[in-house]
Amino acid sequence: MADVTTAPAQKPASHIVGKRRAGDSVFLGLSTTAAVSIMLILAGVAIFLILKGLPAITANWSEGDLAGYQNKNWTSFWDYVSPLLWGSIWAALIAMVLGTPVAIGIALFISHYAPRRIAGFLGYIIDLLAAVPSIVFGLWGIIVMRPLLIPLAGFLNEYLGWIPLFQGPVSSTGSTMLAGGVVLAVMILPIVTSITREIFLQTPRLHEEAALALGATRWEMVRLAVLPYARSGMVSATLLGLGRALGETMAIALIISPSLIFSVALLTDGYNSQTIAANIALNFPIATDLQRSALIGTGLMLFVVSLAVNMLARYIIGATGPGAKGRKRGKRS
Amino acid sequence: MTELSPPAAAASTASTPPLSLTSGQLPRFIEPIVLVASLVVIATLQLVLGGFNVATWLVFSAIVYLVAIGVFSAIVEGRRKSTDRVIRGLVTAAFILAVAPLISTLWTVFSKGMGVMSWDFLTKVGGTAFDPNTLEVVSTPGALQAVVGTLIITGIAALISVPIGILAAVYLVEYAQPNNPLRRAITFLVDVMTGIPSIVAGLFAFSLFALIVGPKAFSGFSASIALCVLMIPIVIRSTEEMLRLVPNDLREAAFALGVPRSATIIKVVLRTAASGIITGVVLAVARVIGETAPIFIAASFTDNFNADPFSGPMQTLPVMAYTAYSFPGQDIDASQAQAWGAALLLVILVVIFNLIARIVAMVFAPKAR
Repeated sequence: MADVTTAPAQKPASHIVGKRRAGDSVFLGLSTTAAVSIMLILAGVAIFLILKGLPAITANWSEGDLAGYQNKNWTSFWDYVSPLLWGSIWAALIAMVLGTPVAIGIALFISHYAPRRIAGFLGYIIDLLAAVPSIVFGLWGIIVMRPLLIPLAGFLNEYLGWIPLFQGPVSSTGSTMLAGGVVLAVMILPIVTSITREIFLQTPRLHEEAALALGATRWEMVRLAVLPYARSGMVSATLLGLGRALGETMAIALIISPSLIFSVALLTDGYNSQTIAANIALNFPIATDLQRSALIGTGLMLFVVSLAVNMLARYIIGATGPGAKGRKRGKRS
Repeated sequence: MTELSPPAAAASTASTPPLSLTSGQLPRFIEPIVLVASLVVIATLQLVLGGFNVATWLVFSAIVYLVAIGVFSAIVEGRRKSTDRVIRGLVTAAFILAVAPLISTLWTVFSKGMGVMSWDFLTKVGGTAFDPNTLEVVSTPGALQAVVGTLIITGIAALISVPIGILAAVYLVEYAQPNNPLRRAITFLVDVMTGIPSIVAGLFAFSLFALIVGPKAFSGFSASIALCVLMIPIVIRSTEEMLRLVPNDLREAAFALGVPRSATIIKVVLRTAASGIITGVVLAVARVIGETAPIFIAASFTDNFNADPFSGPMQTLPVMAYTAYSFPGQDIDASQAQAWGAALLLVILVVIFNLIARIVAMVFAPKAR
């Protein structure tokens, strides 16, 4: 303490430098390391998947463990992964088409229609959907959703069977892409809802009140003030939902009865496209080393695709979203 | 009808008594009335024609309600009001559509899982065993191995991810300048990391350990690493949010008193945000505890009791629910009962963690003065 009181007399005031404390630099070092480790983890995921997947990607698929893998003759890894990639994207698209309108409806209901007092509680109920483990949704899909959709499948095939989507033969067990897509749609509801809800709530209050004051009905207010404001947010929420659906494993693995083909059929049994994630889950335990490499290679493709989708979504929400200014706090303010 | 239309009404005000404020509007309780009416009509139709079915009853009633309210409102109130009412109905229906699977799922799990649930189920190692004396395969219900495995794997994952997550959030909020390129890169990567498919995290952990340990790489610890990849971004996100809520006045007051930066962060900022951070951590645990795919890939599955996270496959509740259902033993009913029991235990665990999070948030919230 004594030297502190004498210090000002000896040093000119323009050179005030904070005292370096050991605790400070240790803590700064620790937290910086933790932050940098995020980069290392992401890089590690990519590197180890490549290292482990490469043997199968470069392997000769006409001999050894990979010849006739899963009862089909593949010419190369790309030949093997492309129907799976199609299946993943197809299932995710179905989930998105079924889930997004409902999710946006829920977000509107909670943010602009429900009584203000219970809106928070209603939002909590939707968040509970996110808390239900995916395996539970999968089991629920098997015993509730499959039988529930069989009559609908029959109806669609009978009257709309000329559309390739609804081609026969209709499954009698219900292990269809439709059932899988519906369960996936339920699983992406909470993430899409929570993001769109947040953006709907950010609509400037004055815009809404101005619309109402001009005599707009509630829907006209939403259409004129809320939806244009939230457009890019809704797009990126949809993309995030798509990313979530791409990676969902258990529900698809349990519900769909698949085969490794390019197919858009929704109502059949055994002629459904298979997704990457479900294919890994079903075959990983019984695979040999090289076959595991092949499965890890497909996982790498899934990683790349979902990374791209997520980056696009984040880019849209960050670059053009209404929250762009608020979100990037202090940036070029 | 003609008296109600505006021009006619305006022309006739001189001779007839003035219209009331609510003219040209449907009665106040028209929506519930039409809703009940359409429910009753569809129910009677279905009962008369035979084949009553709850799902189709609700769906058709909703359609009839929307059409009816749209038509009534269009006739009496005009097109704009009619659209408004139909949209209100649609939006409400969307919410009910989302709540239905939630209730149905919980109901299914409870009704199916309660049958096998008992003290023995929690405290015994289940599985099937061949009895050489009676030459029968006996399956005993029990989930102890899975409960222990779930707690160990999730516990280790939490031990690793919570410090990393909180420290990284501290770096992002307390140390990095807003324009710092490292901060922006990490914020972006954390966002991207939340979107990693869970099965990819499992494949990563498997590849990592396969290259280090060798071919028999399945272990509980490997599954913990997989869960870390999923858990760290969740912890960072929630902690970041909570740190941002700490008023800057508190930091500035501490600095003004000459408190070092690290001490300010630990004793002022983190202490103030503690309840929020703990809530976020508990919710993150609840989120990863139900992950099936990564654990299935990294720790495989087993019927044996294994409490050593560093060697051999480990059973967990979600994986048990999956394997017991997908690869049943000889007694299929017993296997399915095991699966539903595991699913119910899992849901109960998730509910417990969510309740803990809410209680922490309520009890330890900073007191407003």
